[in-house]
Amino acid sequence: MFRRGFTILGMAIRNRPEPFALGALGAALYGGMTVASATVIGSVTDRVVIPAFEASVVDSGLLVVGVALVLGVAILKAAGVFWRRYGAHLMQQGLQAHYRRQVTRQYLELPIAWHRRHSTGQLLSNANADVESAFFTIAPLPMSIGVLVMLVATAALLVVTDPFLTAIGFVVWPILAFVNWKYQHSMQAVATEAQQLRADVSGVAHESIDAALVIKTLGREGAETERFRGWSDGLRDKMIELGRIRGYFDPIIEGLPNLGIMLVLAVGAWRVQTSGLTTGDLVEFAYLFGLLGLPMRVFGWMLGELPRSVVGWERVEQVLRAEAEQRFGTASGDGRAGADVGLEQVVFTHPDSGHTPGHRAHAHDQASERGLTGVSFDVEAGTTIAIVGPTGSGKSTIAALLVRLFDPDAGGLLFDGTDLRDLARSELSDHIAVVFQEPFLFDDTVGDNITLGGGFSDEQVREAAALAQADGFIEQLEAGYATRVGERGATLSGGQRQRIALARGLIRRPRLLVLDDATSAVDPAVEERILRGLKDAELPFTVIVVAYRRSTIAMADQVVFVENGQVSAQGPHQELHDTVRSYRELVTAYDRRQAV
Amino acid sequence: MPGVTTTVPSTDGRRTNPWETVKRGLALSPELRVGLGWTVVLALIATLGRAVVPIAVQRTIDVGLGGGGGPIDLGATVRIVALAGLAVLLTAGTSGAMNVRLARTVETALSSLRVGTFRHIQDLSMLHQAAEQRGALVSRVTSDIDEISRFMQWGGVNLITSAGQLLVAVAVMAVYSWRMTLVVLATFVPFVAATRWFQVRLTVAYRTVRQRVGELLGILAEVVVGAPVVRAYGIESRTQGRLDAAISNHYQASVTAGRLSSSLSGLGELYAASATAAVLVAGVLWVAAGQLTPGTVTAFFFLVTLFVQPVRIASETINEAQTAVAGWRRVLDVLDIEPDVADPGEDGRAIPPGPIAIRFDHVSFAYPMVPAERDDPSSYARAPLGPTVLHDVDVDIAPQTRVAVVGETGSGKTTFAKLLTRLMDPVQGAVRLNGIDLREVTFQSLRDRVVMVPQDGMLFDGTIAENVRHGDPGLSDERLEVAFIELGLMEWIESLPDRFGTEVGERGTELSSGERQLVAVARAYVADPDLLVLDEATSAVDPATEVRLQRALAGLTRGRATVTIAHRLSTAEAADEVLVFDDGVLVQRGTHGQLVDDASGPYATMHAAWRSGSASLR
Repeated sequence: MFRRGFTILGMAIRNRPEPFALGALGAALYGGMTVASATVIGSVTDRVVIPAFEASVVDSGLLVVGVALVLGVAILKAAGVFWRRYGAHLMQQGLQAHYRRQVTRQYLELPIAWHRRHSTGQLLSNANADVESAFFTIAPLPMSIGVLVMLVATAALLVVTDPFLTAIGFVVWPILAFVNWKYQHSMQAVATEAQQLRADVSGVAHESIDAALVIKTLGREGAETERFRGWSDGLRDKMIELGRIRGYFDPIIEGLPNLGIMLVLAVGAWRVQTSGLTTGDLVEFAYLFGLLGLPMRVFGWMLGELPRSVVGWERVEQVLRAEAEQRFGTASGDGRAGADVGLEQVVFTHPDSGHTPGHRAHAHDQASERGLTGVSFDVEAGTTIAIVGPTGSGKSTIAALLVRLFDPDAGGLLFDGTDLRDLARSELSDHIAVVFQEPFLFDDTVGDNITLGGGFSDEQVREAAALAQADGFIEQLEAGYATRVGERGATLSGGQRQRIALARGLIRRPRLLVLDDATSAVDPAVEERILRGLKDAELPFTVIVVAYRRSTIAMADQVVFVENGQVSAQGPHQELHDTVRSYRELVTAYDRRQAV
Repeated sequence: MPGVTTTVPSTDGRRTNPWETVKRGLALSPELRVGLGWTVVLALIATLGRAVVPIAVQRTIDVGLGGGGGPIDLGATVRIVALAGLAVLLTAGTSGAMNVRLARTVETALSSLRVGTFRHIQDLSMLHQAAEQRGALVSRVTSDIDEISRFMQWGGVNLITSAGQLLVAVAVMAVYSWRMTLVVLATFVPFVAATRWFQVRLTVAYRTVRQRVGELLGILAEVVVGAPVVRAYGIESRTQGRLDAAISNHYQASVTAGRLSSSLSGLGELYAASATAAVLVAGVLWVAAGQLTPGTVTAFFFLVTLFVQPVRIASETINEAQTAVAGWRRVLDVLDIEPDVADPGEDGRAIPPGPIAIRFDHVSFAYPMVPAERDDPSSYARAPLGPTVLHDVDVDIAPQTRVAVVGETGSGKTTFAKLLTRLMDPVQGAVRLNGIDLREVTFQSLRDRVVMVPQDGMLFDGTIAENVRHGDPGLSDERLEVAFIELGLMEWIESLPDRFGTEVGERGTELSSGERQLVAVARAYVADPDLLVLDEATSAVDPATEVRLQRALAGLTRGRATVTIAHRLSTAEAADEVLVFDDGVLVQRGTHGQLVDDASGPYATMHAAWRSGSASLR
């Protein structure tokens, strides 16, 4: 653990050499001047204070020198303190910013399949809390160098001054260092558990407060409170344990230097009597023991933080080392109007996903059985097909594969005859657009949520919004297209969010548009206008819609019927309706009910 | 909006007396006062112990060493040092005991405050639990209370012992020499002014850092949650640009704060030195005049460090104290919100047994205006009412009826459902079930008899079986399976890898949105209510399954009533009775057949629009 911890420190120093040098020099200055201040106090006592007492006369020259020394040492010490802290700060913040950039770059680089294997909370903490804790040890790093300087200087002073005082120092300081280390060591395990419990309490609170409506409608407030109490009390017990450990160690660490001072006074007095030790020497070391107590803690602190830093770094490194890179080809997807699309024996199983900490791990590789088991169909350029199937049959998976959120385990998806994996990265998003069932809006303006930073004119934005039947409500918003939608579009209704997401797909005029039940929350009458509008606009795109409703199916030239991860029939609606019983039962369920 | 005051000063800016907050906080957590007396006594002893070293130094030099030049009395020195050593040990013991006691008291009190606040949040009406405030509510029971805990155990103790140390240092100095004390205090004045200057800027700098952290986390969350959109639209470089900017802003703000706090530390050193220099000059002059002993001057060197240390700690802790008090106040603010839809509890009545008849008695409803501070949950309590969204709805629904409620978004149909399940109370009029005003019905009876499935049926991280058991905690495995057979969902269950033991993942994200709705419906089904309210609860489910579900849910054999807020008119076609809402008014009611026949009515128009989409198919 320590070796890895020091490796991280070494890497941090190589990564940020200049701030480290500033901090280390500042710390050395600080350490030297701390010892010097005690020496000044000691010699001032001997040469100014005691002579003044004995002779009742003040040597004003010496007094001025004394004052100048006290102030001069203090100015240097203050400069040392500033650079020590500021250097550490620059180093720590610089490293954090650097690795935050690296981690988030990696997030944008890694395939969605990788994302799915990790929970949201874990990814957030990798980029934030873990980066932070990886470099916690940087803050005390220069200080510990300063303390080393102090200890060496003190030891040297003790050795040249008096062997007996030296013995005291060499007994007290190692004990203090050991207790400090022991303290942090005992704290560490409990503190880590407390940290985990704090995250768990937060997780339960998040889940429970998000589900407040469900809890209320089922009358489960009491049961939920008891569940929360369980976690909260767990955290309480850990915190009390931490308090107990602190209660044991803190007083020892505070008391030891004071006991050292007592020893210095007793032994020092004897040495003043028996050898050449002066009162000033005695004052100097007593003073020095007092000054050293607090900085000594920094060692224990730094060593104690090392394990946490190692854990944080390892988590960060896991992200940085992840190699599930998605490869892209160089092929162009250019072409006129809609593209031919084909799926050839596509097999796909969902990756196992990550679980939330604090909850049980998945008992089995549960996702392994769900997915696509060999899906083939072709879509002619410029036509519209509907993918229809029962809940959980794999429709959305096909939509996700079409924009390469995932790649198939076997088989391939063809875009104008080119395998999707051979298309260049930008070609893919230039020519294929998907509108998801659950629209995701960024905390940005309505207009920017439609353009996503692409260079579209206001005219184009309005056109796309009009086609998505979104222009009406957008213009009624406070600031129209410049209205901010809030976090995840919280200020808009589900249907409004879906329409903005639809406009986002339409404005790109892709050669393939994939709509994954993209109007499920829109009012039927509005949905009807959207569908009619899309039809009337005679868009040149190839369109693939995932839907259940006949109004949507009506748009399609062809229907692909999916059951249990396979295409069980393909053809025009009427044909499937007449020949495939399960299809007929699915789409006409509403009509048949009337007869019941 | 003229004439309506919705602007509430922000929580942080609201000027409330911090002592008031602390007093109310203490009153709400009586556990904090348990054994407080002893803890204070222990703290006092621990603080007095800080004076041991300077006194020992003075006694050793003046008595043991005869003022530095006189005869040396080793016996006296040993006596002094032994006594002082004992005192050091004693104070160490007491300060340890104080820490342990404090941790126990504080954490016990805060855990019950945390749980109490959690329960209070669950008891608030859904208006206070609106989506955009949930994050804020969560932080009330997490980071805000952590903030208080951290302060009480670290900063708070530091602040109190520092104040004590300051007093002890001054007292000891005054006993030694009041004139020297004045000298030390005089050097203190410019330092206070300078510290104050830094402090003001530091407060601003830290606030900026916190804002930047918030912005960074916001964008980070977007990148993680919105990863599929980022990928599908190829906006990686734009997104990276936003992230980089947020990271740089945070870095800049942190560095500025770091520069200020490092300067403040340097300043502390300068102050210690100038006080020492002043002590030296004044001390030497008075020693020469025979008015002070050398031991006293030396003791003052030690006392100065004793005096400066707490000043520095206190100036750092003041910030923490402000944060903790602000956190405490935010918790209290949430506890201050009266649950506006409250359980009548003991005074309440049960809904009379038998099939449920619904009566809306001239019911009107208006939401409170959305306050300026949306993320301050307490502001809703103070907000005036906005426009009326449900106008004088007066309707009787016979027991055992299947009701469909239709209308466009914003027509008031969801409001109707929320009033029916008492998620909100009417502004005017009353909702009665079997003749009893809902406001008089105990929650126990209400939730037993009436269950609603909201559109977004949140699932909990766990298995399908665990999620369904939220509807009926004692449900046996057999009954669970029977319920799914009755709902026609066994085929779906069989398609899952672990059947009922399949993990649904965080918020149910392992399942598709249609599948989540299936679990939510099953959860309500096993609760076996007499009135079931479905608010677009099957909007993402395929038509065949939806029809099967609704047939099972209607539970015709056991006399259950269902009210379905319908998005698709197919539901209305199958209902016994349809209620049509338009712009907050109940405009039509009757059977589907009756309503379609009224060709000029709104229902017929809606139905025609809905049908036209599919007309071309048949």
